[in-house]
Amino acid sequence: MVTTISGRAIVLGDNVDTDQIIPAKYLNTSDPDKLAPHFMENEYPDLAGSIKNGDIIVAGKNFGSGSSREHAVITIKGLGISCIIAESFARIFFRNAINTGIPVIEAKVTANNFEKITVDFQNSRILYSGSEIKFKEYPEFLKNIIESNGLINYVRSGKW
Amino acid sequence: MNKTAVEKIFSEKSGTDSRAGDYVVANVDYVMANDITAPIAIDAFNDLGMKAKSDKIIIIPDHFIPPKDINSAIQYKKSKDFALNNGTWLYDIGNGGVCHQVMMEKGFAAPGRLIAGADSHTNTYGALSAISTGIGSTEAGVIFATGKMWFKVPETIKINLNGKPSRGVEGKDIILNILFRIKNGGAAYKCMEFSGDIKYIDINERMTMANMTTEAGAKCSFFDTDEKTIEYLKQRNTGEYKIVKSDDNADFDQTIEINMNEIEPSIAIPNSPDNVKHVSEVHERIDQAYIGSCTNGRIEDIRKAASILKGRKVDRRVRLMVVPASQEVYNQALREGLIDTIVEAGGYFSGTTCGACLGGYMGVLGPDEVCVSSTNRNFIGRMGDKTSRVYLANPSIVAASAILGRIGTPEEI
Repeated sequence: MVTTISGRAIVLGDNVDTDQIIPAKYLNTSDPDKLAPHFMENEYPDLAGSIKNGDIIVAGKNFGSGSSREHAVITIKGLGISCIIAESFARIFFRNAINTGIPVIEAKVTANNFEKITVDFQNSRILYSGSEIKFKEYPEFLKNIIESNGLINYVRSGKW
Repeated sequence: MNKTAVEKIFSEKSGTDSRAGDYVVANVDYVMANDITAPIAIDAFNDLGMKAKSDKIIIIPDHFIPPKDINSAIQYKKSKDFALNNGTWLYDIGNGGVCHQVMMEKGFAAPGRLIAGADSHTNTYGALSAISTGIGSTEAGVIFATGKMWFKVPETIKINLNGKPSRGVEGKDIILNILFRIKNGGAAYKCMEFSGDIKYIDINERMTMANMTTEAGAKCSFFDTDEKTIEYLKQRNTGEYKIVKSDDNADFDQTIEINMNEIEPSIAIPNSPDNVKHVSEVHERIDQAYIGSCTNGRIEDIRKAASILKGRKVDRRVRLMVVPASQEVYNQALREGLIDTIVEAGGYFSGTTCGACLGGYMGVLGPDEVCVSSTNRNFIGRMGDKTSRVYLANPSIVAASAILGRIGTPEEI
């Protein structure tokens, strides 16, 4: 697992639901390249085009609420997002992220849009504009899945 | 013992003495996926290269079914081929319907079971005292192969339902009022357990309530088992099951008292299911009235709608769509003459699908259109264009609104 990630903050609000992340009309495919351009298009039509590989989503409470569509995580991965930080996550989105190996962190971060932030996993902290936010380490069980880079590899490893 | 029902079920299924907060790997009794979630699950399953636990797997195409376009047809075919090639359960066009309704009708949902579904509204089977929870696709694929999944045992919010609901108050109104209290995300990661005067709530209403615990962010729901539960199960091919109940001295996260006799017919206004008002405060004109979905597309819902529509006409500005939640519901509506009543009133009655609820097809809203719907979500753009607006209400209110041409109640017609 990577120890440090740096990228620009893409700042979103509270209760971002999966219908916003990827509207259902696009669920007739699970191809990341086809899904990614439609990220949040109802709210922010120009957002997907402005996201660069390595950017970090910084959101508020209850990120990813709504449906179980793994397409939400696939869309975000398709954009090249390297990590998702939110004050809290809706449960299925959180599971999908852990199981498919995209880092998710529960923390309250007040960075500005496009501001550079760094996530230091070894010391469980987030650094931006001179401030440092500590976050809680994952429980051992989830760490094992994350360190295997997702559930499929974890099951293959025979630890299941 | 001082455990909650959900702690007992996860303990049994994982072979551990587990408590809220523990991570467990549990044996799943059944895993369900639909035409949107199954294709990704099948890829995960194929990656693992293991043999399918076929007797545990139920494939129910419903979201874009019958296929709305070529891509949907490809996803549907992939789901169906997987089921046929691996000998899993399959409920297809002609004998299936909206996945959660089918899971209950066909006897998969029963007390004490642990069921995972690759669809967020899997919470519904708590109406029949099962622990059932929505999961993603990759993990559904892992269950296809191993029959097991990891879970964090949830804390339980106990909801004591007191008193008898007034006339005109349905399960939808009760759960909307609970959502108003605890808000979207207010039960995140938790089990919402309903007890108290549940004798006043029929199984179909319990299904509506259990269904929308998802909108509070809950992991699962749980109704105590009573005579109504047993009566429903007797009519279904459930096989053996085990009744489980929370101990009186169990450690609940919190207890919420709901006086059902104080609840009024209610409506969730855009753009969140917890944005709830008394229906008497809302009079907005509508373009579409929709009755259907895993929330309120059952025979009881269609009977209520038909009784209101009988001998009346749908307002000429409104399209009323009635979409039964399963083929079984369709057949029953046909036998009872309800379809005649609805179409004679100017309503549209179709075969079963989830399509319109999530803005897929068969009732998509255009710019600035307004829909009053018996479904479960009214997020921005949920049923169509981002400027369209969705109001969530019980099916009686939806039927009455179709006649009135605006949001209103059966008493107003």
